[in-house]
Amino acid sequence: MSGFRYALSDTLVLARRSLLRIPRAPDLLLSFTVQPIMFVLLFAYVFGGAIETPGYSYIDFLMPGIIVQTMSFGGFVTALGLSEDLRKGLIDRFRSLPMSRAAVLAGRTLADIVTNTVSIAIMLGVGVIAGFSFDAPLLHILAGILLLLLFGYAFSWVFAFVGLTSSSPEAAQSLGFIVIFPLTFVSSAFVPVDSMPAALQAFAEVNPFTIVVDAMRHLFLGAPVGDHTVWGAVAWSLGITLFFAYLSVARYKRAVVR
Amino acid sequence: MAADVAIEAEGLCKSYGDVRALEQVDLQVPAGTVLGLLGPNGAGKTTAVRILTTLLPPDGGSARVAGLDVTRQAQELRTKIGLAGQYAAVDENLTGAENLEMVGRLYHLPKGEPAARAVELLERFDLSDAADRLVRTYSGGMRRRLDLAAALVARPPVLFLDEPTTGLDPRSRIALWETIEGRVAQGTTVLLTTQYLDEADRLADRISVIDRGRVIAEGSSDELKDQLGGERLDVTLESEADTEAAIAALEPVASERPALHDGVLRMPIRQRKGAIAEAVRRLHEAGVGIDDVAMTRPTLDDVFLTLTGHAAEAEDGDGAEEGER
Repeated sequence: MSGFRYALSDTLVLARRSLLRIPRAPDLLLSFTVQPIMFVLLFAYVFGGAIETPGYSYIDFLMPGIIVQTMSFGGFVTALGLSEDLRKGLIDRFRSLPMSRAAVLAGRTLADIVTNTVSIAIMLGVGVIAGFSFDAPLLHILAGILLLLLFGYAFSWVFAFVGLTSSSPEAAQSLGFIVIFPLTFVSSAFVPVDSMPAALQAFAEVNPFTIVVDAMRHLFLGAPVGDHTVWGAVAWSLGITLFFAYLSVARYKRAVVR
Repeated sequence: MAADVAIEAEGLCKSYGDVRALEQVDLQVPAGTVLGLLGPNGAGKTTAVRILTTLLPPDGGSARVAGLDVTRQAQELRTKIGLAGQYAAVDENLTGAENLEMVGRLYHLPKGEPAARAVELLERFDLSDAADRLVRTYSGGMRRRLDLAAALVARPPVLFLDEPTTGLDPRSRIALWETIEGRVAQGTTVLLTTQYLDEADRLADRISVIDRGRVIAEGSSDELKDQLGGERLDVTLESEADTEAAIAALEPVASERPALHDGVLRMPIRQRKGAIAEAVRRLHEAGVGIDDVAMTRPTLDDVFLTLTGHAAEAEDGDGAEEGER
């Protein structure tokens, strides 16, 4: 089992490295602290009065959706970091070391779990101040937080792949946003799906974001979607994780510096 | 393969799309020696290093480093090598000490060893004062030293240095050369790529000149210069009036008839040994006064120009190998 032990220790060494960066170059800090606060407040107070959400106040409806969206973007730290590492030759150095082939990626995505946890705490805090309240048993709420972290982890791997394949940190970031932003909007995250035109509605209903957001409304607000949606959300998260982890590690092994 | 050969490559080929980066490259580096891989930008130097350090699979041919195959025994091979690149591959948001400790942990050195090695190497590379400073505050020379230190963390028997001094000021360059020489004195084998002829001349036991993906010449610095056949004697006379007498006196020493260039009598010589003494004796016998006599050898620059038809040092001077970076 020494191979596994090395892989684990390599991953922790690199996760620590990613986390050390945050207080030292605080530019990133804004994106997972101030930005979520801003989104919660803008959506709650700008759109809140205009969007009909039967059965819920808009802030209650919004919070699960906007936290899921924030989780899906949390991984951009991984994309930026990998893209920078590639450009600066650090990936070359790591690949010339007798370390685990997955550790650079696993370390970065692991560090994202920590920053995503901070984001969740901040958003829930701001949400509660703005009027959000849980309506579910504590166990469901905790399960909901785990699901959020799992979904965020899945997207860290999406961003790992993006970071390894794009030509610059800026390209990695914009590619991520161009793909993920529309996906989060054409879902149940911010508006009820049945308010959309038919074509969008059809897409929104099968969109994994809808499934995860609905699961979160079940876990945080007791919305009547049932456990199968929660397991569906878990399955999507695991599926995305495995698919992109496989692609990313394969890509890392033959990573070329551009 | 012989036990005392540290790096051995046979028929290495690599293409990027239509660009043939390496074509049938053979290299052999005896243990404890320095091979200089000399060539202009885009010649294939970096590609060769990337293959030998397991970063890139070759399309054809085979290579062994420290007795281990670069493709089949890659993971074990990585415990035997250190790599320092032309871009200082250190983490800007870690301190110097943290960088070296991280590398030590990733080499899986025993507990406590990464921290101890970090202290030791920072000391040796004159970075102790900056050990706890973030690397982004380091100068270019300091980063290069840290990068080289990182390559030495696990005391690897084989060291790959890809243009280690590109972009450094002269003082830092010389300091880095001395460090490399120190490693070699302790038995480390080094493969060094460079586009600087003086660097190859000073550090390398043997030089492989590489151009457009091929090794076009191989030998020690002296052997390469000798291939030009080009030792020559420059004689400055006290009086130009003696020129004809001097030419007559020197003809037996010269392999071509001596000719006057800017007041200096210049001739290629038949044989290096004793040439100066013979020339002086003959001129003295002919009663010709001498102001100066000098033996000039071709520089590696001349060698390079003759071999490739173009100068070695890049015009753009940014050190990047196009198509590879």
